[in-house]
Amino acid sequence: MIPLLLILIPLLSGLAVFFLKDATTSKALALGSSVITLALSLMAVSSKGVLHYDASWLPGLGGRFTLMQDGMGKMLGLLTAISFPVVFAATFKNTYQKPAAFYGLMLLTQAGLLGVFLAADALLFYFFWELALIPVYFLCSIWGGEKRIAVTFKFFIYTFIGSLLMLVGILFVYAHTADHSFALQSFYNVQLTGKQQAYVFALFFIAFAIKMPIFPLHTWQPDAYEQAPTATTMILSGVMVKMGLFAVIRWVLPMVPGAVKGHALFVIILSVIGMVYASLIAIKQDDIKRLIAYSSIAHIGLMCAAIFTQNQIGLEGVMIQMFNHGINVIGLWIVADVIEQQLGTRKFSELGGLAQKAPTLAILLVVMALANVALPLTNAFVGEFLLFNGLFQYNIWIAAVAGISIILSAVYTLNMIQKIFYGNTVEKTNNAVEIDFNVQVVLSVLVVMVLVMGVYPQPMIDLTKDTVNAIFAHR
Amino acid sequence: MNAIIVSALLGVVMMFSGIFFKNKSIIKHIAAGCLLLLLGANLLQHYEIFIIKIDTHNLLRFEKMGIFFNTITIVATLIYVLLSGKDIENTGVHVAEYFALLFFILCGVSILTSFNGLLMLFLGIEIMSIPLYILTGTDKRNLKSNEAALKYFLMGSFSTGIMLMGITLIYGGSGNFQIGQAVVSSAAGTVPNASFLEVAGLLLLFSAMCFKVSAAPFHFWTPDVYDGAPSVFTSFMATIVKVTGFYAFIRLFENQNELLGPTWKIILSFVIIATLLVGNITAVFQQSVKRMLAYSSIAQAGFMLFGLYTSNDLSKEGLLLYSAAYCLATIGIFAVLIKMKDYTLDGFNGLAKTQPVLAFTATVCLMSLAGIPLTAGFFAKYYMLASVVKAGGSLWIVIVAVLFAAVSVYYYFRVIQAMYFKEGEAETTEITQSFKVGLVFVAILILLIGALPSVLLNYFYF
Repeated sequence: MIPLLLILIPLLSGLAVFFLKDATTSKALALGSSVITLALSLMAVSSKGVLHYDASWLPGLGGRFTLMQDGMGKMLGLLTAISFPVVFAATFKNTYQKPAAFYGLMLLTQAGLLGVFLAADALLFYFFWELALIPVYFLCSIWGGEKRIAVTFKFFIYTFIGSLLMLVGILFVYAHTADHSFALQSFYNVQLTGKQQAYVFALFFIAFAIKMPIFPLHTWQPDAYEQAPTATTMILSGVMVKMGLFAVIRWVLPMVPGAVKGHALFVIILSVIGMVYASLIAIKQDDIKRLIAYSSIAHIGLMCAAIFTQNQIGLEGVMIQMFNHGINVIGLWIVADVIEQQLGTRKFSELGGLAQKAPTLAILLVVMALANVALPLTNAFVGEFLLFNGLFQYNIWIAAVAGISIILSAVYTLNMIQKIFYGNTVEKTNNAVEIDFNVQVVLSVLVVMVLVMGVYPQPMIDLTKDTVNAIFAHR
Repeated sequence: MNAIIVSALLGVVMMFSGIFFKNKSIIKHIAAGCLLLLLGANLLQHYEIFIIKIDTHNLLRFEKMGIFFNTITIVATLIYVLLSGKDIENTGVHVAEYFALLFFILCGVSILTSFNGLLMLFLGIEIMSIPLYILTGTDKRNLKSNEAALKYFLMGSFSTGIMLMGITLIYGGSGNFQIGQAVVSSAAGTVPNASFLEVAGLLLLFSAMCFKVSAAPFHFWTPDVYDGAPSVFTSFMATIVKVTGFYAFIRLFENQNELLGPTWKIILSFVIIATLLVGNITAVFQQSVKRMLAYSSIAQAGFMLFGLYTSNDLSKEGLLLYSAAYCLATIGIFAVLIKMKDYTLDGFNGLAKTQPVLAFTATVCLMSLAGIPLTAGFFAKYYMLASVVKAGGSLWIVIVAVLFAAVSVYYYFRVIQAMYFKEGEAETTEITQSFKVGLVFVAILILLIGALPSVLLNYFYF
């Protein structure tokens, strides 16, 4: 029942919010609904075993409305459920035109995202994969930056091409299932020849590679993140990219293990190239949003490489890091949003000395930024340690090259902190004030999570252990 | 049988209603009522209750799928008349005659869903097409309408001539008016050997049918005719007539895959790819939404041709679903288009602010045409693709089709962008409350079929 409610509550409240007139009521309803979803998600995390929900949907086609929440599903459900209240609380004071539509679309996005993470039926998965995209398309195109229409269109069509290829893959696998159903287990049990596995892998992986994104299919991402309204970027970067990683673990690894093994080196090399490449570009950035966007490509590249190393440590690392990266990057985006809202600019060259005016913000940002660099004591360190361990076991040289990206991430992150916060104040920052209370609370909560998970990550590892074990037992 | 007779009679009734009623606005209500009668007659056919029993000497064959398809077209016409009835009135003076012609077209449709021989196919195509030639040219003072009518008439008659030649050759080669009957006489287990006359006839017949459904490379008439005809009648042409053409096409060539051999698949693949290519790529460059919809209907035809590519149960269900989804979505978007003053993309700018209901339903219709999940169009495309994947061996054509579907998203979404994201003063003609209600009903129907397609398909298995 819980998985169904997790999807239904954001869906229904999202539709309800559309009909409200008042900005404050819509914000309050959105915040309230996301808190309820968070409570449900915590219930799901604390309940033992795998949660199921099954209902009949398309008997003629073999599709059922099946939801499953194992360890990974619980973790990602928790991430989604935490992200939305955090985002709503941090952007509470922002004003948007047509706020009812904005918050309605955000809640519909949440429903779509949770559907992707919980679906255990390929057709249902495809449905939610597309449905998570449509509200985001409208959000970015209406409330985004100057070049939003063209950029969002590119993002949408790029992702859509990938999804359609995935649909062909799904149809192909469905045609080869023993019992003509789209159920997850049937897809796992399908017997494919090597050549067929290669086709299926290619079709599925293109869709996920575009979503994550992996070099060289990443060109939509920096522009899309920059032009989107920052609240949406928080969700895009914090949760939506995890859709790609999650989908590889859930749908590709167990289904076509032979093809994964065959293509692993190719994918890992691409990921590592992406990591170093994105980090180098990040160093050159002047705009906060673009910097965080490129940094995100680097982090996701590492996680993707670790998945394809096909060893247990790497996969455990991915599980934790998906959650950690979500938290960290949302924290960074909140800071970017605050700076943009208050000072009207995102460029480092126009900022400086903000720490003198907003010391709390500076402290909180420094912690989040150090988490981005994966300093020990932060949650990202645990994740990256496991990820590099996995990568190391696969190939030392690749791990060494990937390790360069850590150094580079320190370069651009510390550069950003220094340019924005330290040094002398400039004209723009002379009149800056301390951040509002709601943002302080939200950032503090995130910082606490960063530190706690950095010191005691065991609960999260235990939560997702059953998924990792299941994947390796199956192979 | 019911539908054929009743539609012809109702056509005559509509003609006379023009004489008896001076008030033109009542005629569309009479038409809607007559359509309900026609629907009832068709449903009676489903339960084998005949209004008049006529021995057709095996020239007509009524089966469940055909009757169901008939129901879909009649319901689509009903929705069309309810939504755009006012606009049909505004096209010209002879309102009752237009509705009469619509009923005669439906008579042709009923024949095409139940033909059992090439002669009846010819008859049905002609009965369906000739009223359509007239309807294309109803806007007598507009030069484009005249051009469209003449072009359609000449090219349509020419293609009918080719079809007749093909039928004659087939008759000469096999001795009767069925395709593949020569197979019956050959020994079991041997490869059927069709004579040269039959093959030539088949090719000519195939070309003529491709013309009717505007498949490339026989599509050149479509954009000019659709663009020149008054938009109300373009709406009818692009939906009901096209899907009927497809149904006839598929009914003609069903279960013939063995006879036709692997060359058939090659020719068909070529036609499908060419259709998808021409339809999608040219639609990208259109600035007029009406012309874009004309080219996009060619692209949709490409997808429907997959029903011809394979002949399994998925493709049959897919054809029914595609017809329903495509008709609903196109009737909806044309209904909105007709109300716009400016047919270009810029004319749609800012429609979301001035007419939010129209913009929302137009968005649902466009998403259905593009194949976004949760709309009926998604399942339509899905069934077509699934039928090819199930038959096996042709994954490449599925991938190509899917890539072209992504291209189609581009031009459909450009309209959505103009409506929602661009600033402008979209001007529309007068819009009544009942029109909005009708549009919302169409949108709900599209979403309902998109979430639960079994709602429609269970009626098929009823």
